[in-house]
Amino acid sequence: MRDSIAFLLGDTPRTLRGVDPTMTVLEYLRGPERRCGTKEGCAEGDCGACTVVLGRPRADPGAAPGTMTYEPVNSCILFLHALDGCQLLTVEDLHVHGAKLHPVQQAMVDHHASQCGFCTPGFVMSVFALTQSAASVPDRAGINTALAGNLCRCTGYLPIVAAAKAACAAPVSRDDATTVQRLRAMRDPAPVRLAAAGTTLFVPTGVDDLVRLLAAHPDATILAGGTDVGLWVTKQHRRLPVIVSLEAVEGLDRIVLCEDRIEIGARVTLEALLPVLAGPYPAFAAMLRRFGSRQVRMRATLCGNVANGSPIGDTPPALIALGAEVRLRGAGGARTMPVEDFFLGYRQTALALGEFVERIDIPRPRMGERFHVWKVSKRFEQDISAVCGAFRLTLDGATIAEARIGFGGIAAIPFRARATEATLTGGLWHEATLASSRETLARELTPISDMRASADYRRIVACNLLTKLHAETWSPGATPALAEIAA
Amino acid sequence: MKTAPVLDAPVLDAPVLGAPRPHDSAAWHVDGQALYLDDIAEPAGLLHAVIGLSRVAHARFPAPDLSEVAASPGVAAVLMARDVPGVNDVGPSFPGDPIFADGLVEYHGQSVFVVAAETLEQARAAAALARIDYEVLKPVLTIDEALAAQSFVLPTQVMRRGDADAALARAPRRLKGRLLIGGQDHFYLEGQIAMAIPGEGDDMHLFSSTQHPTEVQHLTARALGIADHNVVCESRRLGGGFGGKESQASQIAVIAALLAARTRRPVKLRLDRDDDMVLTGKRHDFRTDWDVGFDDTGRIEGITFELASRCGISPDLSGAINDRAMFHSDNAYFLGNATIVSHRCKTNMVSATAFRGFGGPQGMMGIEAVMDAIARHLRLDPLDVRKRNFYGGAGRDETHYGMRVENFPVPAIIRQLEASSEYAARRRAIDTFNATSRWSKRGLALTPVKFGIAFTLLRMNQAGALVHVYTDGSVMLNHGGIEMGQGLFVKVAQIVADAFGVPLDRIKNTATSTAKVPNTSPTAASSGTDLNGHAAHNAACIIRARLAAVVAAEFGVDEASIAFRAGQVVAGDRALPFVDAVRLAYSQRVQLSAAGFYRTPKIHYDYATHRGRPFLYFACGAAVAEVEIDTLTGEYRLHRADIVHDCGRSLNPAVDRGQIEGGFVQGMGWLTTEELVWDTDGVLRTHAPSTYKIPSCGDVPTALHIDFFDDVEDADGAVHKSKAVGEPPLMLGIAVFQALQDAVCAACPGDAPRLDAPATPERVLMAIAAHRARQPA
Ligand SMILES: Cc1cc2nc3c(=O)[nH]c(=O)nc-3n(C[C@H](O)[C@H](O)[C@H](O)COP(=O)(O)OP(=O)(O)OC[C@H]3O[C@@H](n4cnc5c(N)ncnc54)[C@H](O)[C@@H]3O)c2cc1C
Ligand code: FES
Ligand code: FES
Repeated sequence: MRDSIAFLLGDTPRTLRGVDPTMTVLEYLRGPERRCGTKEGCAEGDCGACTVVLGRPRADPGAAPGTMTYEPVNSCILFLHALDGCQLLTVEDLHVHGAKLHPVQQAMVDHHASQCGFCTPGFVMSVFALTQSAASVPDRAGINTALAGNLCRCTGYLPIVAAAKAACAAPVSRDDATTVQRLRAMRDPAPVRLAAAGTTLFVPTGVDDLVRLLAAHPDATILAGGTDVGLWVTKQHRRLPVIVSLEAVEGLDRIVLCEDRIEIGARVTLEALLPVLAGPYPAFAAMLRRFGSRQVRMRATLCGNVANGSPIGDTPPALIALGAEVRLRGAGGARTMPVEDFFLGYRQTALALGEFVERIDIPRPRMGERFHVWKVSKRFEQDISAVCGAFRLTLDGATIAEARIGFGGIAAIPFRARATEATLTGGLWHEATLASSRETLARELTPISDMRASADYRRIVACNLLTKLHAETWSPGATPALAEIAA
Repeated sequence: MKTAPVLDAPVLDAPVLGAPRPHDSAAWHVDGQALYLDDIAEPAGLLHAVIGLSRVAHARFPAPDLSEVAASPGVAAVLMARDVPGVNDVGPSFPGDPIFADGLVEYHGQSVFVVAAETLEQARAAAALARIDYEVLKPVLTIDEALAAQSFVLPTQVMRRGDADAALARAPRRLKGRLLIGGQDHFYLEGQIAMAIPGEGDDMHLFSSTQHPTEVQHLTARALGIADHNVVCESRRLGGGFGGKESQASQIAVIAALLAARTRRPVKLRLDRDDDMVLTGKRHDFRTDWDVGFDDTGRIEGITFELASRCGISPDLSGAINDRAMFHSDNAYFLGNATIVSHRCKTNMVSATAFRGFGGPQGMMGIEAVMDAIARHLRLDPLDVRKRNFYGGAGRDETHYGMRVENFPVPAIIRQLEASSEYAARRRAIDTFNATSRWSKRGLALTPVKFGIAFTLLRMNQAGALVHVYTDGSVMLNHGGIEMGQGLFVKVAQIVADAFGVPLDRIKNTATSTAKVPNTSPTAASSGTDLNGHAAHNAACIIRARLAAVVAAEFGVDEASIAFRAGQVVAGDRALPFVDAVRLAYSQRVQLSAAGFYRTPKIHYDYATHRGRPFLYFACGAAVAEVEIDTLTGEYRLHRADIVHDCGRSLNPAVDRGQIEGGFVQGMGWLTTEELVWDTDGVLRTHAPSTYKIPSCGDVPTALHIDFFDDVEDADGAVHKSKAVGEPPLMLGIAVFQALQDAVCAACPGDAPRLDAPATPERVLMAIAAHRARQPA
């Protein structure tokens, strides 16, 4: 057991011990390090002003040896332990004072991409990460995906887009081999325990350890990507006495492609999952592209989105419609249940004390089956859904052999619309069935009004998604795919 | 040691005026060196402050029990109303903005007390321990409630020309309508912040993220009960302002100063995003009722507008803002007989304040809705109706407040834009698309902007600048303007560099400070460059004349033959490097420092009769927007926008382009996704970016074409014939709203459902759903 973490801050090794485990990376940079280039715009992961880049040795099987990945993340909701074994890069690391600007920075100047400049370091880091990961110059949609998590109130974005294009056209690679070597040399496989300021944070490395820790601390907060938990600290100013992080638990980062299903471990981030789902479920992948922002998806896990138990989570509707299963593990062993059974009531789940979500299994598509999921929100990018509706239809000619429907945003829990499914099943997928299924759905829903949408709007949209489903079934492309417009 | 980042050295004799030079801090923005207030090295012993906010919208309360707050670990001071030694009010022109509520809270989130502690965390923890017993009173929240209760912050105003009622009665056609227009949060990326450092005696040095350092200085002195000359307020740059730091920064700075004076320690007060959005004012929302009479061609004969705005608890700047809404109720159109009534409603909400456009945008929204309604009624293209109503022609060149509209460029701008945007062809293409597309509809709209330039408060139209030339030939420039991203510093530096004929890098803008240039106006009303550019130009010209005299004597030539260019002082074929001329002047004991001053000419206004010339000139432009809506969800995207804008002779086309682009997007945000939601208890539910959605990258199409108006009138404009460009482009965003209205109408054949602002996907869908519900099944 270690009581410290070690990482590279730029090229300088740092070892931290005795720090408040819920101190954020942003607080650390602006506080003890007095590195003030990284800004706070919201402290909730929504503006990107605090974007920093985490470099880590590439671990994927196909990776060339001695290469790194560079992940843009929101430092305002990232706890320090996540830095262990990584290289942390901030805007100050790209160019040494007095020397020439980094090409990304120079492109931003050349394109007049800063006005007040407060958002600029965050954009620089997002663009820098993009230059390191993009195989070719991304199109406008690719740039939007990379920048959706960075807000700018001054420029109107286009100069930044132009700068990003220019920077991606002439990427400058870093000395990855040396960094990999240094990080390898620093690596310490021992589990971590940080305790200070009334919080103890454990970073176990094996599943058995994890089970034991959770049994010993049944009240512990389980921490995956921290894109929800981080806000409990930065926004609600909650103190968390015991935290158990999944950050280093071996095996939980795996995506296993089985013949009939895809198994997604508790540490699998949405950014890692996205390309895997793009083949079997392009609609799911398209929805994930609008889940949070790249910075959020770099950290947020699928299992965390489910375990969080929120009625407005975006993946539960899709998982419900797909018939996915959630696997829970605790000291007493493992159990598996359909995702819809996991949600018991408003923010109440089937997770027992001492249990964690080990993985989620998504069945692979079967013949004759179509899957759609639509996220409807006030803003197109990086917004929480007003309504999210997911549908799996199995058609036999025009007859609906099976229908599964999941909704978010229209009940106290992620909702499986069983009555509507029943109305549809066995019917002919024609206007009359559409009309009756709309009526059933309207009766089945219990939406609320809040700052995101009124109950009326949610009800109408939910029913209209059935109409969309119908239109898209018989003439694909009949309803606008807004993602493709305006690129 | 930090060194200046390397920028490509400018070519020595390239013209500096009109050149697309980068923002003065561009290199520091991108490498993280630029110091915002929170980045400045913290002085030893710094305390951190947190404001205790009211949890109810309207209540009386006895003196709060703050004993637990005071006893909490790390706490150094706790202050409330009774602890203010001077005046407990930061109202900018009228009283009504208590620093701390005194026995009565009037909005949810109002400041009740403040606590300073060794760390921010301690201050936050302590603030949570306050015990306040509220005797809750019924709040007035909506415009309707305020009107019913006759609850106003300022008296109702009326502007009149001719007899609108008679014209309405006479007109061949008549329509009435109502439009609701939402407010807007500034969402500057850098939140409100101030740091106060006490000095000897009564001295107080303030760093404030303010657009108005002079007001911060004066209000701080007043709150502390000391003379103005003890207080210095300084500000190098803001991470965005947009009007939100014009009057709203004062309270933050004053509270920091009160704590610093009490503890004799430096104090920083930085609002986190939620407190910022709850505690500080926003754009006014409006309810606009209109009644218009027009002929069969759609030309207006008479109109009445009844504007009612939600001002919150105090006058703040609401008088001038609502006046500006009235001034812009015509936008670019001759209204004929007109009556414009403006109610300034008092509600139990945070006081609404300045926001880019300052009431002008809300004023314009009304008349643009009228244009659209007339066109739908007559089944004409709204653009044709707009054109028929433009100023111009005999007897149609005076506004409803009696100002002549001269050199009116809008018709020519529209011609340029119609051609560049291929308006007519696209209108046909959209009609065809809409005829065949079942679930998706497109909309197109072209709207103009005519925006009056000058502070409507006469005394604010003045500015000062201070220019020093050092003996190495470098120039220090200081003026009353604040750099908040709009590129003011580089523009004014370009003016000074041009005056001295030296490269731009010889001019250094230094932090705005009340100790260098006193009694300044806020950087607002798009006037930053017009005023400060002129003042700096005047200062530079004073020094230049002195240098010219010295060099003329040296060369034995006439002063009038001396020119300053390419780093040289030139007379005929003789030249002296600028730095040598400076040294020569110094050795002859000639003063190399000057204060410049400027006041705007020609403007006057009589508030009793509401007639006069409140503006020096109008800044104009126009935009075409094309949108597509999903009629099943109400979601939409902007496909393309084309803009032609008149910047006069642009001082810096890169900066001006940035203002146009950014202003348009901000205006679009105001009218589309930026929705402020207050609940029935008067609590703001959208107080962070998770719930308040400003435009993001993907909302802005690559097809956003911006052209400058290419037929610039020489007679017009301000410094070096440039035109103000800070606010006017925001109103170009109205085109997006009108395009959405157009698409909604396309989805509702035979119907013209009203769309209110912001046109969120929900409003778009509900407008269509209401129409569908009216159709026989
Ligand atoms: C800016 C921003 C944008 C966002 N946008 C979206 C969005 O578009 N759609 C959406 O649905 N959500 C969104 N979220 C919410 C959040 O990102 C997701 O819920 C995310 O999937 C949570 O995953 P995580 O790994 O970060 O979870 P954490 O924050 O680590 O944990 C979330 C909760 O789940 C529990 N938990 C996590 N993993 C496990 C496990 N394996 N076993 C048991 N319990 C566990 C934690 O104890 C906690 O209660 C957004 C958040 C932010 C900050
Ligand atoms: S500060 Fe806004 S995302 Fe981190
Ligand atoms: S430049 Fe001001 S927020 Fe982006």
